[in-house]
Amino acid sequence: MMRFGLGEARVASNGTADGTRPLAIEARGLVKRFDGFTAVDGVDLSVPEGSIYGILGPNGAGKTTTLRMLLGIIDPDLGVRRVLGHERPGDVAHTIGYLPEERGLYPAMKAYEAIAFLGALRGLPMAEGRRRGKALLEEHGLGYAIDRQIRQLSKGMAQQVQLLGTLVHQPRLVVLDEPFSGLDAINQGKLEQMIRGLAAGGTTVIFSTHVIAHAERLCDEVAIIAGGRVPFAGPVDVARDRIPAQVRLETRQADGPWRATLPADTRHEGRYWLFSLPDTGIEPLLRAVIEGEAGILSLSIERAGLHDAFVAIAGEAAARALIENAPEEVA
Amino acid sequence: MSAQPQRGRLSTLAAAYVIARRDFVATLWSRSFIFFLLGPLFPVFVSTMAGSIGSQVEQTIDAPQIGLMMQARDVDAMLSAQAALARDLGDDVPELVVIRRLKPGESGDPHTALADRRVNGGNLSAIISGTPAAPVLTGTRERITASHGAVALIAARASGHGPNVVPKVALSATATSTAAQNHSRIITAQAAQTLLFLLTMLLAGMVLSNLVEEKGNKIIEILAAAIPMDAVFLGKLFAMLAVSLVGIGVWAVAGGVIHMVGGSALPSLTAPAVGWPLFLLLGVAYFSMAYLVLGAIFLAIGSLASTVREIQTLNMPVTMMQLVVFFFASYAMARQGTMVEAAAILVPFSSPFAMLARAAIHPEIWPHLAALGWQALWVAIFIRGGAALFRKRVMQSGPATRSAKRRGLIAALRHPRG
Repeated sequence: MMRFGLGEARVASNGTADGTRPLAIEARGLVKRFDGFTAVDGVDLSVPEGSIYGILGPNGAGKTTTLRMLLGIIDPDLGVRRVLGHERPGDVAHTIGYLPEERGLYPAMKAYEAIAFLGALRGLPMAEGRRRGKALLEEHGLGYAIDRQIRQLSKGMAQQVQLLGTLVHQPRLVVLDEPFSGLDAINQGKLEQMIRGLAAGGTTVIFSTHVIAHAERLCDEVAIIAGGRVPFAGPVDVARDRIPAQVRLETRQADGPWRATLPADTRHEGRYWLFSLPDTGIEPLLRAVIEGEAGILSLSIERAGLHDAFVAIAGEAAARALIENAPEEVA
Repeated sequence: MSAQPQRGRLSTLAAAYVIARRDFVATLWSRSFIFFLLGPLFPVFVSTMAGSIGSQVEQTIDAPQIGLMMQARDVDAMLSAQAALARDLGDDVPELVVIRRLKPGESGDPHTALADRRVNGGNLSAIISGTPAAPVLTGTRERITASHGAVALIAARASGHGPNVVPKVALSATATSTAAQNHSRIITAQAAQTLLFLLTMLLAGMVLSNLVEEKGNKIIEILAAAIPMDAVFLGKLFAMLAVSLVGIGVWAVAGGVIHMVGGSALPSLTAPAVGWPLFLLLGVAYFSMAYLVLGAIFLAIGSLASTVREIQTLNMPVTMMQLVVFFFASYAMARQGTMVEAAAILVPFSSPFAMLARAAIHPEIWPHLAALGWQALWVAIFIRGGAALFRKRVMQSGPATRSAKRRGLIAALRHPRG
C-alpha cells in the first residue's frame, strides 16, 4: 500500500481492486462539508475497469456530490481519488463522459451541433464531432432530428441527444448521474442496452440511481450510500449474500414433532412455512420433515433481492426514502 | 463504441476558444446583439444623466486665466486694480496671473508664452502686455473679443485715470491658445469617456444575459466537468469582446456612410493630444480593460444568483456603480494633475476612463503603458477571483435549503447547496 496526501486515506499502489483487476476509479476517505453540513462522510470506492458500477441511494444521500468529487468539479475536503490512474481528474477529462443529473443543452443549437459541442469540450475537433453527431443520431433512430434545434425536441429526445454528446468522444469512463430519470419505459430499456454495450466494449460505466431495479439488472458492483456514508461497496452478489436466502415450505400437515426442527425465525402463513436458510443448509431440515411425514407439497429457496440487501445494509429509513423518491420503474 | 481516445486534454486557452466560439456565434445571432447595435442611441439618455457633471466640467474649463507680461510696477498696479474691481463686480472680472515681471527695458513675447503649454499649466486664454495706459491683449480672436472690455476696465483703474478714461486695448490675435485647445480636447475626452461607458455598460449587460442563459439551461456543470473554470471565464469574456468589436465595426461603417452623406454639416471633434490613430488604439485597449474588469465582476456576481429575478436585482446596484465610476472619471477629468485624477487613474474601475481622457488632453505616451500594465494586473486578479467564486458557488447539488432561501444570497453564499 502507498500513502497519498491526506489523513488515513490510502489508495492501492497497483491500482487494482483485488490485486489483479485494474481500477478505473479509486477513492478513499472522501469527505465534503458545506458550512457545517457533511454531505459526504468518508466514502471509499473501487470501480474496476470495464465494469458497470452503480451508486445506489435515496435523494440527498450524497450521490451527486460524490460523483462531482470524482470528476473534479468540486474538490474533497479530505480524502483522495484516483481516476483512470490520475489524482487530478481534470488531467483525463478528455477520456471521461459525464451526464449530469440536471440535463442541459443550448436551446438554439441543432441536435448534431450540440453533440459536436459536447465533444469539442472533451477535445474532439468540431468537424469530426459534427460528422459523428450525425452518425450517432442516425444510429439511434433520431436521424429526423439532426437539423432540429434542441428547443424543438421533446424532453426525452433532448436527453438522448445529450447522452450521445456524452459518448461522442469515445470515453474510457462514462459517469451518469441519475440517467434514467425523465425517460419513459421504452427509453429506459434502450439506455440499459446502451450501458451494457458500452461495458461490453471495455468502457467503464458508473451511474447513480435511486431505482434499485436498474442497479440490480445492470451492475456488476454497487455502492450503497445513505447519509453521506457507504455502508457497502462491492459486487451485487455479495450484497445479496448479506441476507440469507428465504425458504418457502408448503406442507400437508400443520403440526407434528417435525416442527421442532424448523428454525427459530419461522413464520407460519396458511400452509406455508417461511424461514431463513439455515447455515447448515436445507438437507437436515428436509430429512426431519420427510421422516415426520409432514407431507411436502412445495419447496422454494429464494435468494435475497438487492432491495432486501439495501434494507438490511442501509436501514429501513433509507429504504423508505428510496421507494418514495423512485419514479415509475421499468416493468 | 470503442474506448480508444486519440486526443489529449484541452489546454485552458484551447478550451476558452471552444467556449468563446460558441458564445460568439450564439450572441451574434441573438436579440441582445441587436440591442447592442442600437446602443449609439443611448448617448442621448446618458448625456441627460451626465448633464450636471458635464456643465461643471465645462465651467471649470471655461474659466481660463489672463496672463500678465508687463513691467513689475505695472503688474502690481494691474493686480491691485483687478482685486478692487472683483470686490465691486464679483466673478465677472477675469482672473489675472503673473506670467512674467519684466525688468526695465526688457520685452517679452506673448505669442510664445501662449503657445507654451508649460506656462500656467496651459490654462491661459490671453496675455496682457504693454502698459496700463496702452495695454496689448494677445490671444485667439474669440477670447480677446470676449475679454477686452474687462481688460480695459482693469487697465483704466491701474493707470489711475478713473473709470471715465478708458484706455484703448490693442488686440493681437493668435491662431489658437492652449486654453482653447484644452477646451476642445476636453470635449473630445468627454465624448470618448461617454462612448467607453456606453460600450462597457452594454457589454456587461450582455455577459449577464449570457450567464443567465447558461444557468437556466444547466449546461454550466457540463462545462465545469470538462474544462477548467478559468477557461469558461476567459471564453465568455473574450467572446463578448469579439462581439463588441464586430459591433464597433458595424458602427464604424454606418458612421462612415453618415459622414459621407452628412459631410461638413456634421460636428467634428478636435484631434486628441496623442493624435487620432494612437487615441483610437488606446480607446480599444482601455475599452477592453474596462470591460474585462467589469465583465469579470458581473460573471462572478451572476454566479451567486439562482434565478433571473436575482440576476436583475443584482444588476441594478452594479449599474449604479458603473454610473458612479463614470461620473467620478468625468469629475477627475476636470482636475488634471490633482490627487483626484491620480485616484481615478489608480482605481481599476475608473482607470480606463481617466486614462482615455488623459490621452485626449496630454501627449505623453509612457503613462498609458504603465496604466495598461496596471489595469491588466487587475483584470487578471478579477478573473482569478471571479472564477474561484464561480466554481465555489455554482457547483453544488440539490435544492437550496429553506434557510438559504430565506436569508437570500448572502446566506446562500455561506450555506451552499449540498
